[in-house]
Amino acid sequence: MTTKNVRVKIDEMKTNTGLIRNLEISIGKLVDDSWTEPMGPTPKPSLSTLRDWDMKLLSKYKPFYMPDCDLCCLCTFGKCDLTAGKRGACGIDIGAQSSRIVLIACCIGAATHTAHARHMLHHLIEKYGPRYPLDVGGLNIKVEAPITRLVTGIKPETLGDMEEVLEYAEEQITQAVAVAHTGQEGNNLDFESKAFHVGMIDHVGMEVGDIIQVSALNFPKADPEAPLVALGIGSVDLSKPVIMAIGHNVIPSVGIIDYAKDHKVDDKIEVVGLCCTAFDITRYYNRGKIVGPISWQLKFIRGGFADVVVLDEQCVRTDASDEARKVHAPVIAASEKNCMGFKNRTNDPADEIVADLVSGKVAGVLILDPEKVGEVAVRVAQKVAPIRKKMKSLPEIPELIAQAKTCRQCNMCQRSCPQDLKIPAALKAAANGDLAPLTELYEYCIGCGRCEEACPVTLNIHSFIVKAGEKFMLEENNLCRAGRGAIQDVEIRNVGSPIVLGEIPGIVAVVGCSNYPKGGKDVYDICREFALRRYIVVLSGCSAMSAGSYRNSEGKTLYEEFPGGFEAGGVLNVGSCVANSHIAGAAIKVANIFAKRPLRGNYEEIADYIHNRLGAVGLAWGAYSQKAAAIASGFWRLGIPVVVGPHGSKYRRMLLGREDKPEDWEVLDARTGNKVNVGPSPEHLFQTIETKEEAMPTIAKLCIRPNDTWKGRSIKLSHYVDLSKRYLGVMPTDLHLFVRTMADVPMTMKDEFAKILEANNWKETVIPDPTLLPRMVRKVKE
Amino acid sequence: MSCEPWQCAEIAATKKANPIQKPEIAVALIKKAQRPLLIVGSNATERYMGGKPLIEFLIDFANASKVPVVATAHMVGEFLKRGYSPAAFMNAMDIGNRLVDPSWQGLDGKGHPDLVLFVGLPYYMEGLILSGLKHFAPDLKTMTLDNLFHVHASWSFPNATLEEWANNLKVMTSKFEGGQ
Repeated sequence: MTTKNVRVKIDEMKTNTGLIRNLEISIGKLVDDSWTEPMGPTPKPSLSTLRDWDMKLLSKYKPFYMPDCDLCCLCTFGKCDLTAGKRGACGIDIGAQSSRIVLIACCIGAATHTAHARHMLHHLIEKYGPRYPLDVGGLNIKVEAPITRLVTGIKPETLGDMEEVLEYAEEQITQAVAVAHTGQEGNNLDFESKAFHVGMIDHVGMEVGDIIQVSALNFPKADPEAPLVALGIGSVDLSKPVIMAIGHNVIPSVGIIDYAKDHKVDDKIEVVGLCCTAFDITRYYNRGKIVGPISWQLKFIRGGFADVVVLDEQCVRTDASDEARKVHAPVIAASEKNCMGFKNRTNDPADEIVADLVSGKVAGVLILDPEKVGEVAVRVAQKVAPIRKKMKSLPEIPELIAQAKTCRQCNMCQRSCPQDLKIPAALKAAANGDLAPLTELYEYCIGCGRCEEACPVTLNIHSFIVKAGEKFMLEENNLCRAGRGAIQDVEIRNVGSPIVLGEIPGIVAVVGCSNYPKGGKDVYDICREFALRRYIVVLSGCSAMSAGSYRNSEGKTLYEEFPGGFEAGGVLNVGSCVANSHIAGAAIKVANIFAKRPLRGNYEEIADYIHNRLGAVGLAWGAYSQKAAAIASGFWRLGIPVVVGPHGSKYRRMLLGREDKPEDWEVLDARTGNKVNVGPSPEHLFQTIETKEEAMPTIAKLCIRPNDTWKGRSIKLSHYVDLSKRYLGVMPTDLHLFVRTMADVPMTMKDEFAKILEANNWKETVIPDPTLLPRMVRKVKE
Repeated sequence: MSCEPWQCAEIAATKKANPIQKPEIAVALIKKAQRPLLIVGSNATERYMGGKPLIEFLIDFANASKVPVVATAHMVGEFLKRGYSPAAFMNAMDIGNRLVDPSWQGLDGKGHPDLVLFVGLPYYMEGLILSGLKHFAPDLKTMTLDNLFHVHASWSFPNATLEEWANNLKVMTSKFEGGQ
């Protein structure tokens, strides 16, 4: 830690020379710099500090905008029509407006993670004190907070040290939000640069959030063998009272678990979670269970499994309390950010709150004290469970069939369905007693409930689908590895060389939400394909749940089939949303620990290293949220490409390279200063992929980097070619762009490559020591 | 046939597509174009009309009209399996990104397309790409051959049944020399 606040107050002091009264001395900051690494050039960068770096990336990866709306309606000058080059009343055009929307999304995401971290920091400092030490991996981790060190130049050691880090992040988010005001920024690329900036800040907020909870709540600490935990509603003992927590902030759930343990009822109740809270419950409590990703809220509430629903923050359905009321499950809202309209009962006696919830006098309450949440939730669950008897709001089959007969076949359900599911045909079959088509929809339904909102005869279509798939739902009993947290320094040392040289063909980070185009099986298939090919597969969030929800032919889940280490063929779950920071952190640590690049306040150099050398790709197959936008943006600034599934096109802006423009792919050779064309490596920074089949070769291709050795490039190309043939049915047509010398060509594919190289007039080139930064060029001796 | 966006939450645009009331109109527009291009998405093997997949209707149309095809997603293999070689295969965003670049000289390097036909991409993706083209390639004309109305295209067929869709595609194919 480098700085501290010092305050000395003397009420009264007698000395030989006189009497001192009411003396107060305050020193804002006192440098206590025990970290010997010199400060780099950009500690605590402001909005424009890294603008030049951003523009280097944006000159290669230009925005492709797809506006969702022709209008701007953010101020009272408007609505303004911005169609095809028209400018609004403030002067803005559709390009700048589109990037402004991207910035706003990233700001919301960064603010959400950072506010989450801030809430936890307040709580944990209050409980454990500011001097409580940070510990994310014991002796296995010396670089405890790579993003924080890189961005802020601070080496945090205690909970209290994180105050300054968050103060910086909060200021930057405020500055970035201000940019979106009418009459501030007007250039689209400057908006993009600011979106990158706030994405970087998002990673700082996430890192603080996860480090403090790992340290203070004793989560698995960088443990490759973090325990396997139960996943799926089929793993829950429904004969017990069930408390279901939904959201991302584990603090109220910790209150529940602690109360249950203290009162020795932890074996008599089930504490389960949906979305990231589920992960953090299982990181804290070995009896905790994950019931599923975020998109399954309606399904599980209507299924009646929960005797008490606890809502914390982020990604919670805003009608969750209404749905819970239908199954007589009391609701406890536990976050200031998500009060759900309930009366604040934080200061009321627990006995009164319990009585009101059990009697049904109130459907829900707001409790902002996590310990009181714990007591009330456990006591209410125990009392309500025998009364509710897992009452559900799903129809029985005869009732479903009778209601399906009232369907008018108007198609409004299908037209409202984001998946364009053939609901009318399924309802028609159901009306005739055939539930098979409705059951088929179960896997693909993302649980949004829009079909019901659109239905003119108010059919509970989502409930029909869940009922038809109920058997599958109850059989969901799989395994997920508890979030392991950070990557150990020794793991980085072991794989640093093969990753950077390209011999481990890549790191595939499968992250984000569950807005999948065709169910979670795609995520499982993609992870397994790349793990079998000895890529490192890193997961987090709802994707990590989906990946654990399927089994191989031997009945093993991915987490049983593959090791949990950061190694070739490893399948790792780092944890919840905020644990995504460990993925970026691992990339940064490769540059710092393996390559010994200085870390402290040295963002540009580290990002340049990662962009040109580290074959990492983020895949957010079902990304839906603003948080996901911010997470992606943080990866973009590090030069790491991110691809999204088809629904990700609704982020409305891609960052695309042009492989047909050779002039875009020049780097400097740090050894000589010469410009070298390295081809499109990586080709894109942000891209939407249409199908799983397309994703396979695309991911392999996006792992190619200028620094690959010939051996590494040869391995990467062989995967790219093999996946193209297998999933697209063709040989790639752009191979000549990735071959620098004939040694790059995979041994078994020489003939096929030769034809392509000849047809494209290929010429040999050199393998540079690549950089985009002129200052990194070492001077050539005269 | 309705001329509202197929997906209900889609916002009506200030500059809306002209509805194509008869397939002959689409044919006339295609024949008038100097450098048309057909972009075929992943639903080409998901949508069936009378037991025949969309991709087979499109192969007939492409053979008849000689409009070059860009296959997105994994459709290239599906075309090749059926004996048709598309002019190119490319990610949907990549072809959209090239089309907004006025200096792009097309797949053959001989000139920028002047009319782009879309069919079979996920509805929301196709709509967004069409919006991108409407805003950033204002001189380019776009048309959809789907049976779902796309508000951001220059011309779009209205929402139609599978039977009407099949008929539209067959009529279009028959109006070209190669389809007779």
